Amino acid sequence: MEIKNAVAGTLESGDIMVQIAPGEGLQVELQSSVAAQFGRQIKAVITETLQGLGIDNASVKATDKGALDCTIRARVTAAAVRATGKDVWKD
Amino acid sequence: MRHTKVVTLEEAILKSGLKDGMTISFHHHFRGGDKVVNLVVAKLAEMGFKNLHLAASSLSDVHAPLIDHIKSGVITKISTSGLRGELANEISHGLMKEPVVFRSHGGRGSAIASGELHIDVAFLGASSCDELGNASGCPRSENAKSICGSLGYALPDAKYADHVVVLTDDLVAYPNVPKSISACDVESVVVVDSVGDSSKISSGAIRDSKNPRDILLAKQAAKVIINSGYFKEGFSIQTGTGGASLAAVKYIRESMIEKGIHASFALGGITAHMVKLHEEGLIGRLIDVQSFDKVAAESIAKDQLHQEVSAVEYASADHVGSAVHALDIVILSALEVDVDFNVNVLVGSDGIIRGAIGGHPDTAEDSALSIIVCPLLRGRIPCVVPKVTTLITPGKGVDVVVTEYGIAVNPARPEIAERLKAAGLKVVDIHDLAAKARSIIGEPDALPFGDKVVGIVMDRHGKVLDEIHNIVD
Repeated sequence: MEIKNAVAGTLESGDIMVQIAPGEGLQVELQSSVAAQFGRQIKAVITETLQGLGIDNASVKATDKGALDCTIRARVTAAAVRATGKDVWKD
Repeated sequence: MRHTKVVTLEEAILKSGLKDGMTISFHHHFRGGDKVVNLVVAKLAEMGFKNLHLAASSLSDVHAPLIDHIKSGVITKISTSGLRGELANEISHGLMKEPVVFRSHGGRGSAIASGELHIDVAFLGASSCDELGNASGCPRSENAKSICGSLGYALPDAKYADHVVVLTDDLVAYPNVPKSISACDVESVVVVDSVGDSSKISSGAIRDSKNPRDILLAKQAAKVIINSGYFKEGFSIQTGTGGASLAAVKYIRESMIEKGIHASFALGGITAHMVKLHEEGLIGRLIDVQSFDKVAAESIAKDQLHQEVSAVEYASADHVGSAVHALDIVILSALEVDVDFNVNVLVGSDGIIRGAIGGHPDTAEDSALSIIVCPLLRGRIPCVVPKVTTLITPGKGVDVVVTEYGIAVNPARPEIAERLKAAGLKVVDIHDLAAKARSIIGEPDALPFGDKVVGIVMDRHGKVLDEIHNIVD
């Protein structure tokens, strides 16, 4: 699947900003205000969400401000839709 | 004037006999606007002092310049109620060799009065002072630059320190009355450009919330109070600095008017909300250890029934005459509450120090009814947890926890649980609240604490309550 640069989310408290760019394999770079306690879980949610959308090659930069898993999935999905042009909500 | 104590800061320091290794003290009435700590410590560094113990009633973001003075060995020990900002972050990462000693406001007052915390030289900022040292937090001339109102946390220092230096930015004609600090306790007076920025007093912890969740919590807290059995003619009340606990006052006011109930006094940090109720005749007296905003500071300057008290008179456990012993209801906030009702208000869930003990354990323990108001989650950070990161207020003093997911009542207070249930409030088990939080956020990994002790929490009776370890990145 072809990936273009795309972004979703904000830097507001309780949100996460997800930037997707072309890459080899899935690389997730996370900055989080709750990294010590939840960094592992957040990375897992990002990776699982992308794989679920059939994306196995992308470079992801995520800046998290304490988002819950549901928010993370929504932002990752929105960024993926913008990056691939494939509207998962429509299909 | 035949005699004057007015000298330069350097002269005052030389005259004080301060030596390396001694204890200097400060108050935090200007909160985020304080200019005295940085000014004095910079001068002490310039004069070559080393190894000093800085005993402040509290420290905040504005005191980040202390980091350099710690690195250069000017300050090697700190006692305080709280730490915030970059200084707190550095200390949490192991900046100091000696752990910071944290005390509550009442605990600090007791420790100073008993001699456990001995102060060699106190440097106390005042909004007005005369040439002999009669000092006040109230403005006394048209030249007044900074107003802080009550000087309650400075009064034990003024009374018990070996040597007292008052710093002021408004030197007024003798006699500066009514006074908070007596000339008899003061050795030197130093005139400076500014002791503090009054506009920043209500920064830091204090917010007037428009957040709908805070408002919901405030309404719930007000319902708890009204139905607790303690809401009757002549009751007394204190509120903490959290947005929800401040907003609760608004809803209690409505019920007071409706039911014709009056409070005998409001205690503690006094806010504009409390002043309003007092001026409306709903609260008889204001007992003020710290004026939390400009309105409170202006009120204490003009109103006889708005009384300043020292930290000892406010919240000392050793003095049975202290006001907390007469307190009925206190509303407090929390960073974390655990299933045993223990509260943490000092260390964040990331293990970094980011708050202050304040009067939390003092008022929780001695009040008849203590209510903690906090959301279940702040972002992904849980506020109701299996075990608090750091123990500040032991659960035996905590009666009710109000969250947006329900109200938990300490099992030691079944009569309160019954009254709240009878009033139709949603009373839940605190274990269920902790489990609900976990179900939303998942299981957090353990914090990366190191082996170094960076902070020691003293309880209000002078015993070690908990230790804070360094955090490793």
